[in-house]
Amino acid sequence: MQITVIDRQNQSHELVVEPGTRSNLMMMMVDAGLPVRAECGGSCVCATCHVYVRQAPAGALSELGEDEEDALDLAFEPGPDSRLACQIPITDACDGLKVELAPEWP
Amino acid sequence: MSHTESQTSRPPGEVSEIETDVLIVGAGPCGLFATFELGMLGMRCDVVDVLDRPGGQCAELYPEKPIYDIPALPDCSGEQLIDNLLLQARPFEPRFHFGLMVEALNRMDDGRWRVRTNDGQCFIAGAVVIAAGSGCFSPRKLPAAGAEMHEGEGLLYAVRERERLRGKHLVVVGGGDSALDWALNLHDIAERLTLVHRRDRFRAAPDTVNKVRALIDTGAMDFRAGAVAELVDDSGQLSGVRLQGGDQVVCDHVLAFFGLSARLGPLTSFGLDMHGDHIRVDTERFATSLDGVYAIGDVCWYPGKLRLILSGFHEAALMAHDVKRRLHPDIRHVFEHSTTAMKEHLGPR
Ligand SMILES: Cc1cc2nc3c(=O)[nH]c(=O)nc-3n(C[C@H](O)[C@H](O)[C@H](O)COP(=O)(O)OP(=O)(O)OC[C@H]3O[C@@H](n4cnc5c(N)ncnc54)[C@H](O)[C@@H]3O)c2cc1C
Ligand code: FES
Repeated sequence: MQITVIDRQNQSHELVVEPGTRSNLMMMMVDAGLPVRAECGGSCVCATCHVYVRQAPAGALSELGEDEEDALDLAFEPGPDSRLACQIPITDACDGLKVELAPEWP
Repeated sequence: MSHTESQTSRPPGEVSEIETDVLIVGAGPCGLFATFELGMLGMRCDVVDVLDRPGGQCAELYPEKPIYDIPALPDCSGEQLIDNLLLQARPFEPRFHFGLMVEALNRMDDGRWRVRTNDGQCFIAGAVVIAAGSGCFSPRKLPAAGAEMHEGEGLLYAVRERERLRGKHLVVVGGGDSALDWALNLHDIAERLTLVHRRDRFRAAPDTVNKVRALIDTGAMDFRAGAVAELVDDSGQLSGVRLQGGDQVVCDHVLAFFGLSARLGPLTSFGLDMHGDHIRVDTERFATSLDGVYAIGDVCWYPGKLRLILSGFHEAALMAHDVKRRLHPDIRHVFEHSTTAMKEHLGPR
């Protein structure tokens, strides 16, 4: 399975997903050492795991929930492709997902 | 005193010193429970927090969310937990100092610590407990061109003097409780108030949202969906905001509310042995690498550390017993359960 993250220096990173992983994109990025603050540890309140979705295979992403939409109010420069990585569970359908880290709050 | 800073660098009269047994940095759940544990063992606590109220993450990030893993409390909100912790510690009258950031620690010749805050207030304490969580909470800054230049004058992240805003044209940015509460609070003294939020939905208490909606519907308040791109400057004075898309709103002041973000800040310069962004402690005493300085709660690290409120409570108890041994080395320590110890403080039941 291939998940690509583009960091803030425009470098591409392929995340290694072990079969049977039950995780979310935020945790995968943190484990891979990518600079994601994730201040609330995945509780959907801080929006410091904000990413822009660049490519989403069918079924990779669930609908944007109300909680996530609310938390996105606190994201830095949210746009139409904004999602919170802690709210993206990793499933087989995520193969081919490509996201970009949003800029950090100054 | 062996501290290195010079007292003369601050204007005379601004320095004020408070002597205490224990100075606690951070009024989150762990700092609050520490005042109880230390109080029960007979020690006087002063607590400093950069925020203007107690509660740390529980109060700032999730006051209404239920917490399910506090032993013997099947369900309580962040706010209830903090209210109860304050109630529990009340017999010991901890003194709170809000709106102050702890900036420096200096060891004195007699082994006590001198703790300096950002506004000159100092504390002399026999022990220091760092319960700083993930760091100092500070407001997220408006991501708009010209924001830095107007910060503190035209651009505000908190309202200290409401009267200063009377008769002004105000723009309030944000869609949560802080933004909406301030919009309600200020709209009747402002000449005109415009609320700017990225979408036409607010994430605040339903009653607040209804009141704001009513004001917008009757035209008493303006609403613009969008984001502020730039603060417009007229020879050094803020004269308006330009929204993304180009529209301008004339105003004298912008109040921006994007929530808080935690930064470790000054703690990194205390000379403590760190593990990444966390303070290394031993698990027997919760002592740091500096003699007489302790760390508990989210800010501390040891193998197996879990960042749970529960863990912070346990850490507070062990810390308190060691602080007592440190401050009262001559007294023979007899362990007492709260069932016995609290009689002295609350009277027999
Ligand atoms: C959404 C969410 C849900 C959670 N749910 C749970 C749960 O269900 N169960 C659970 O056990 N835990 C939960 N947690 C974690 C829990 O809130 C933390 O473990 C807890 O708040 C840590 O307490 P603390 O006292 O160590 O630090 P904090 O609560 O972070 O408080 C630290 C305080 O120190 C202040 N401070 C820092 N540096 C300075 C300085 N230099 N000068 C002055 N003040 C300073 C800060 O302003 C802050 O107020 C949750 C966290 C979040 C965000
Ligand atoms: S980690 Fe805080 S919202 Fe995702």
